[in-house]
Amino acid sequence: MKRYLPLFCLALLAVVPLVGLNSYLMHILILFVMWSVIGMSWNLLGGYCGQVSFGHAAFFGVGAYTAGILYTKTGLSAWWGLPLSIVAVTLVALVMGFIVLRLRGPYFALATLAIGEVLRVTAENLTNLTNGDVGIMIQERTWVEKIWYYYIILAVAAITFYLVRAVIQSKLGYYFVAIREDQDAAESLGINTTLYKTIALTLSAAITGMAGAFYTNYMGYIDPKVVFALHDISIVAIMVVMVGGVATFWGPVVGSIIMILMAEMIRSVPMLGTAHQTFFGALLIFIIIFLPNGIVGDFKKLRRLVGLGRPS
Amino acid sequence: MLDVKNISMFFGGLAALSNVSFSVVEGEILALIGPNGAGKTTLFNVVNGFYKPSHGDIFFNGTRISNIKTHRICRLGIARTFQVVRPLQRMSVLDNVIASAFMRAADKKRAEEIAMDILQFTGLYDDRNVISKGLPLGKRKRLEIARALATQPTMLLLDESFAGLNPSELNESIDIIRKIKAKGITMMIIEHHMKVIMAISDRIIVLNYGQKIAEGTPLEIGRNPQVIEAYLGEATNA
Amino acid sequence: MTAPQIEVFLQTLIAGFLLGGLYALIGIGMTLIMGVMKIINLAHGELMMVSMYIAYWLFTLFGLDPYLSVFVATPVMFFIGVGLQKFLITPVLKVDSILPENQVILTVGIGMVLSSLAMLFFKSDYRSTPVSYATSAWYLGDYWKGSPIELSLSVPWTVSFVFALAITAGLWFFLTKTDTGKSVRATSQDPQAALMMGVNVDRMRMLTFGLGSALVGAAGCLFIPIYYLYPSLGGQFTLIAFVITIIGGLGSTAGAIIGGIILGVFESMTATYIGMGWAPVGRFAVFVAALIFLPGGVASLARKRKLGK
Ligand SMILES: Nc1ncnc2c1ncn2[C@@H]1O[C@H](COP(=O)(O)OP(=O)(O)OP(=O)(O)O)[C@@H](O)[C@H]1O
Ligand SMILES: [Mg+2]
Repeated sequence: MKRYLPLFCLALLAVVPLVGLNSYLMHILILFVMWSVIGMSWNLLGGYCGQVSFGHAAFFGVGAYTAGILYTKTGLSAWWGLPLSIVAVTLVALVMGFIVLRLRGPYFALATLAIGEVLRVTAENLTNLTNGDVGIMIQERTWVEKIWYYYIILAVAAITFYLVRAVIQSKLGYYFVAIREDQDAAESLGINTTLYKTIALTLSAAITGMAGAFYTNYMGYIDPKVVFALHDISIVAIMVVMVGGVATFWGPVVGSIIMILMAEMIRSVPMLGTAHQTFFGALLIFIIIFLPNGIVGDFKKLRRLVGLGRPS
Repeated sequence: MLDVKNISMFFGGLAALSNVSFSVVEGEILALIGPNGAGKTTLFNVVNGFYKPSHGDIFFNGTRISNIKTHRICRLGIARTFQVVRPLQRMSVLDNVIASAFMRAADKKRAEEIAMDILQFTGLYDDRNVISKGLPLGKRKRLEIARALATQPTMLLLDESFAGLNPSELNESIDIIRKIKAKGITMMIIEHHMKVIMAISDRIIVLNYGQKIAEGTPLEIGRNPQVIEAYLGEATNA
Repeated sequence: MTAPQIEVFLQTLIAGFLLGGLYALIGIGMTLIMGVMKIINLAHGELMMVSMYIAYWLFTLFGLDPYLSVFVATPVMFFIGVGLQKFLITPVLKVDSILPENQVILTVGIGMVLSSLAMLFFKSDYRSTPVSYATSAWYLGDYWKGSPIELSLSVPWTVSFVFALAITAGLWFFLTKTDTGKSVRATSQDPQAALMMGVNVDRMRMLTFGLGSALVGAAGCLFIPIYYLYPSLGGQFTLIAFVITIIGGLGSTAGAIIGGIILGVFESMTATYIGMGWAPVGRFAVFVAALIFLPGGVASLARKRKLGK
């Protein structure tokens, strides 16, 4: 049963739009799947390898701008950005990894945050290439209906899910977790920690970059404040995983559902619209204090908290 | 097999090791003893590549290892345990060992086979599914050994693997050490337990304040007045 | 260099120095917290924002001069800091989790709540306190008639700088001369040993978080006469504080002062010679360079020299 759960979910997600959802619900669905992808990629680096990144917006933004710049400068379809973002983001991740992977714990976190911000400011100022704050607009949209965008991101999500699982169950996965648990011990067991951290970072970055390139195609408009956003991208990526469950396969998916639903619910209350960060922040504080391993990771504890199930 | 040549290691103004030289011969058990803070663990950290020595060189089977990274030293065949145990806390005992077995295993299946063998060898087989954080200290010490063995070393550095064990665990561990020796693995052992040292070691090196003050067979060391003054005297008084 | 060029250069240097003094105050707050608690407080800038709103409302409603509001906002911030430590951070120190960075992420959550509450209540308007002396300055030409170049010294900037110096001096006195201050330092150097010496480490932590918040709160009051206030300004100052502590060396108060000055001058130079928009990039360039080339911060240089003999 458990083995077929991913396939079952995938099939379910694939048929859901066929019942005829309106454009708004399709949009929610697309955001949910896209954030699952970003969450899964963050989890690979942060949850499994223990390198907590505060700068995934860097990858998302570079991916998004790869697609956007490709379109404005070469006239190619922005869809080429999907494969090309992998190349561009990998390069960025390698350079970034060289700088930040020598740092540990919170210093790593802060360094990634800083680099994310550097890239945002750079994108704002390199107006020749990026149009700066004006942003990039994709004039010809590929499809009007959202369903095609949905299937594309769903395919990316499915691939990501299976890729992450394959990686985690392989030698790489053992090495990642070993590094998370004790980097020095891992090194003394013959694990080239720098190499494997670089692999985790690059894989994670490339996937998030693809999500960014997808975002450009889907939204048709990007600007630095949106795609390099610290709170709305980097921190939300962390939250998706923290809320759902650190170092679990399903955590990012669950976290993404909750985050997207919460964001939309808050948005629908006119007074609170601007205050969604308050709720996100409060949720984050709540999760860290009461469910530090997320809903999936602390499922037993959660059941106990809400009074279901016997205390074990 | 291992040649340590004029190694010094400074931490700020403190000389944790000064001008230490010795060799380890293939197949032997070399014990490293000395009072607390003598620099024993530091010596392991230098051999193991955690610290770059301030002066001096180390050669392993003729290869200079004092300037290469820890994981490569491990690949060359030197494995170690930690005095303060450092299991991969949230992994099961089996996964801990598999993670290190991967270094020489072609695939996961092979790594699992190696790990199972070693768990049996070290008597941890029944605990293989326990999360290592929850293991009692004696078994965690043993897990350190199992993990090191899983990298299939030719030389093993054991840092106080017997400290804190109860008598029956102690005997089991001594058995394991003998079996490791029978496999032809060379060992360097740091130990405070004089009985254990006398029973299993072929040769002993004594460190005090970062300096090598004596080297010889257990018998010779037992008679060395300098050693008795620096170390054994203190130990027998205690 | 021609005279105007020298003028620009010196003026930039002065501006950077004054800015650096204020930065130092923010950095010291951060470095204290880092030293004692071993955590990075990513709500640091948001705490400053809160204090700036306090000063702003005191000015707008009661006409209280921002420099006097230091004496109100600083104690308030102290208690806010103590409360945060007691009710949010301490509990998290005690839960077991996969990622030890949870504590850092927690402070991110706190920062998010603070800045978005400010947004909710005060909207994203830019606010400032139009003090009478906002644009007044002392001119070199007024004091030295024959001066070949003209330099100016902004009154509010200078007053803020002097205040920052006085607060720093007060803190130094507290940390080195009082028993409580000495306990804080002992906890920072070696919590285990401090515990054995009978220091109440939990209380020291609360005190430190309170002190760090109070310092950044004071900095907020000093910033408001010369800066705009808006709800999301915190993040930027959190980063500044962090960069300063990295340049200065973690937990080093003297390092934070030097770090603050270095960063202030550097940013001022970037803004003058490369462009306003690039100042943040300059900030991060210093940051990354410090991480790579000076992992222990400026403080490590001093230490090395001492031990080199
Ligand atoms: N990383 C380090 N930084 C500074 N000093 C260190 C460091 N590691 C060890 N030392 C110092 O070096 C000296 C030797 O320490 P070491 O751990 O090697 O002793 P040891 O012989 O293993 O003692 P024990 O029997 O207690 O394990 C001690 O004075 C210790 O404080
Ligand atoms: Mg030791």
